[in-house]
Amino acid sequence: MGEMVEVLLPEGSARRGQVIEFSDRHTVIQILEESTGIGVRSTRIRFTGSPARIPLSPDILGRRFNGAGDPVDGLPPVLPEKWESIMGTPINPVARDKPSHFLRTGISAIDGLNTLVRGQKLPIFSGAGLPAREIAGQILRNAGAGEEGTGEAGGKFAVVFAALGITYREANSFLEEFEQGGAGGHTVVYLNLADDPTIERLLTPRFALTAAEYLAFDHGYDVLVLLTDMTSYCDSLREVATAREEIPGRRSYPGYMYTDLATIFERAGRIRGRRGSVTQLPILTMPDDDITHPIPDLTGYITEGQIVLSRELHRKGIYPPIDVLPSLSRLMNLGIGPGKTREDHRGLADQLYACYAQGRDLRRLEAIVGEEGLLESDRRLRRFADAFEREFIGQGPGGRSLEETLDAGWKLLRLLPKDQLTRIRVEHVLKYYGE
Amino acid sequence: MGPFIRAWKEMYGLDYTKRWNFTPAIKPGDELQFGKVIGQVQEGAFTHYILCGSERGKVVGVASGSVSLDEPFGELESGLEIPGCHEWPVRMPRPYKKKFAPSTPLVTGQRIIDFLFPLARGGAAIIPGGFGTGKTIFEQSVAKFADVDIVVYVGCGERGNEMTEVLTDFPELEDPCTGRPLMERTVLVVNTSNMPVAAREASVYTGITIAEYYRDMGYRVALMADSISRWAEALREISSRLEEMPGEEGYPTYLATRLAGFYERGGRVVCLGDGGREGTVTIVSAVSPPGGDFSEPVTQSSQRIAGVLWALDPDLAHRRHFPAVDWRKSYSLYAGTVDEWFRDHVSAEWPALRGEMMGLLQREEELQEIVQLVGIESLQDQERIVLLVSGMLREDFLRQSAFSENDAASHPEKTYYMLKAILSFHSLCRELLGKGIPVEKVLALPFREELGRMKELPAEGFREEALALIGRIEAEGRAGP
Ligand SMILES: Nc1ncnc2c1ncn2[C@@H]1O[C@H](COP(=O)(O)OP(=O)(O)O)[C@@H](O)[C@H]1O
Ligand SMILES: [Mg+2]
Repeated sequence: MGEMVEVLLPEGSARRGQVIEFSDRHTVIQILEESTGIGVRSTRIRFTGSPARIPLSPDILGRRFNGAGDPVDGLPPVLPEKWESIMGTPINPVARDKPSHFLRTGISAIDGLNTLVRGQKLPIFSGAGLPAREIAGQILRNAGAGEEGTGEAGGKFAVVFAALGITYREANSFLEEFEQGGAGGHTVVYLNLADDPTIERLLTPRFALTAAEYLAFDHGYDVLVLLTDMTSYCDSLREVATAREEIPGRRSYPGYMYTDLATIFERAGRIRGRRGSVTQLPILTMPDDDITHPIPDLTGYITEGQIVLSRELHRKGIYPPIDVLPSLSRLMNLGIGPGKTREDHRGLADQLYACYAQGRDLRRLEAIVGEEGLLESDRRLRRFADAFEREFIGQGPGGRSLEETLDAGWKLLRLLPKDQLTRIRVEHVLKYYGE
Repeated sequence: MGPFIRAWKEMYGLDYTKRWNFTPAIKPGDELQFGKVIGQVQEGAFTHYILCGSERGKVVGVASGSVSLDEPFGELESGLEIPGCHEWPVRMPRPYKKKFAPSTPLVTGQRIIDFLFPLARGGAAIIPGGFGTGKTIFEQSVAKFADVDIVVYVGCGERGNEMTEVLTDFPELEDPCTGRPLMERTVLVVNTSNMPVAAREASVYTGITIAEYYRDMGYRVALMADSISRWAEALREISSRLEEMPGEEGYPTYLATRLAGFYERGGRVVCLGDGGREGTVTIVSAVSPPGGDFSEPVTQSSQRIAGVLWALDPDLAHRRHFPAVDWRKSYSLYAGTVDEWFRDHVSAEWPALRGEMMGLLQREEELQEIVQLVGIESLQDQERIVLLVSGMLREDFLRQSAFSENDAASHPEKTYYMLKAILSFHSLCRELLGKGIPVEKVLALPFREELGRMKELPAEGFREEALALIGRIEAEGRAGP
């Protein structure tokens, strides 16, 4: 199962395929490329004896490949230092190192409230037409710029980009983003575009992750892996499952989609005694903005949090339109606090969350009873929620330093009385609230 | 074995060469039977009783002092050796003498659990919730603070980093019962989401068998399973490969039977062997319903069997109210049973206070509905006080951060005094209103910030601080306007 085969045509050319099903009498092979011109009688199959493999060497940096790992940049094939199966093997939890280094993205809603750390897998849950690409680009620019005196000194940085079923135009704007961010030279690109073979799309993220693991754990790079769009990956998975006549699960996605996605998303992290890290930033499009759809749902069950984009904020003209309430970074606590970010970080984030959630509820109430129907203390919370969206979240396309993010949070909390801030330690209120 | 788990590596679970200091409990002439304690060795702070497996017959020789597992621990009349370990098929429940209904609480250190929805030793609880609602943190908190002898933690089809966290944190933490490193009482069964599904299906059985094994020594064991849904999905995947007829949501039709079989292996029992040792296995399993919808088969089948439901609510989680246990949907069938223990060990008022608190939360919900319709001005003064106090109960009492230095675990006594303080504040408010003091003044009373920060006080001296605060609140009432 999963073994790669060569389909030898009578005129001497060869195409590639993969075993997707077998029984006593038949073996089903899915052809990666076009199937036209393949005759049943005259075609021969050669089994390669192994699943798809990838040639690896440090020279892959700066190169561009198709979704099946062949160069598409006009340069010769990579001279391999080694070959590796793309299926990967689980990291032994005993050998994993706990991720603990703050990774600055320059975005307040992330750095301040849902901090990303190196070795984390943090997807962006986007919707059709929402600016996920711009946000990903912004993160790349800042993450690549290293951090400012927090955590360890910036090591070698690389980006691995896998385009999954997106259009040529979209892929191109990502690539331009890398060039502008100065990341061009240390980027590896795997392109499976919308019109490329579906089954190849199931291999593409695995090529990308095998390359990322190699750069991280053999060569000490801090690697950021961008996978977009995971929704079209899942649709390919469904297509192949249907072709195999499997019993469909929820919304006709296969029952093993959780396990399949886990073999992608779990390939992030750090290994004890090795220098590098693999951080994953997958992007997916929530069909119909529905977060309970199986694709975002199963993803959220596997990844270490999620950044959720909101159509409502986007319509209000707030950029980046990150809805912080359903967003989460599960590894935040490992990357923040004294010596890493700042002592007041945890309390400040909790307090902003609590007040914003209350303020949002009051917005609904105000719509019914009018502003006069609210108590003065409630009116303050309501105003806080508006200001929070405008100033803290809606920072615009520029990057903020961590200091700027935290100070922006304190500035907003000054709209509220000091004694209401019970989620923050007294010492920190005294130190940062001011008079 | 290197940082990656490769196929075809066989490893032994036991170290056959390590030497142990064995103190026998049997002597020549004794009859062996399954479950009999043949002696003990010390494993850190923990006394590991050596249990007899399938051997039977009369003992003629017994080892003593330094032994390793590849040496005999004794000899039988038949000439057979008595081994220091035995094998057990994980899918077969280990036998016991007798099963009892649970009677004492398993104190978790989580206020909302111990006070409102308590778990009993030997009982089973499920904690269903969508992603990010706090199942894993909750399981880990209970694993850290529960007053049990052994914790078996089954990471079933979940994240690798979470397992690493347990592996790195637990050795640093203290066992609340013995003060020794927490890892000494913890057994981890690890099968992360990217490992083979067949092994995932087996992992919960491995976990429960290990739990039963320690139960058979007379220990109080907690089995934490995160998450039982992943086990059910593994079952589904295997069943579909076998081309069995699928039932609801594609799960095999025997899902409910298998689940029941698993939960039934928990309980409070008298162990086999002599002495009437009592052991318990308490099961806490996380459930991960697709889309957070509790009507799906795994949640439903588990709920029918478990005595406790802690329902997690995404809205509470989104506003970072943790533990995000929804007090409207959750329940415990053990509350009545374990009240006696709380009455005897904490306060005779315990059950009555729970009733009072649930009443206030219920009242708040009704009042909120009115406010949503016509605004807060329409409420009477007494009702505004109810809103104030129930808000404090939620924020200051029920909310408990797993990351707080002093509040990650709350001893039942702390739980009791925190509640007492808030309720005495409620009495004060009512009293002042009764004296004709305007509600605005009552709402502006001091104490609120102090009550809100009470949970962060260190455990040491907590009772005194709380009593002093309650004293000041009561004095304020006497002082009047
Ligand atoms: N008791 C708690 N105290 C503080 N934060 C919590 C608590 N429970 C959950 N959280 C927060 O919620 C996040 C998700 O919790 P987790 O247990 O991993 O969810 P689940 O297992 O249900 O997906 C955590 O990373 C943490 O930030
Ligand atoms: Mg979890």
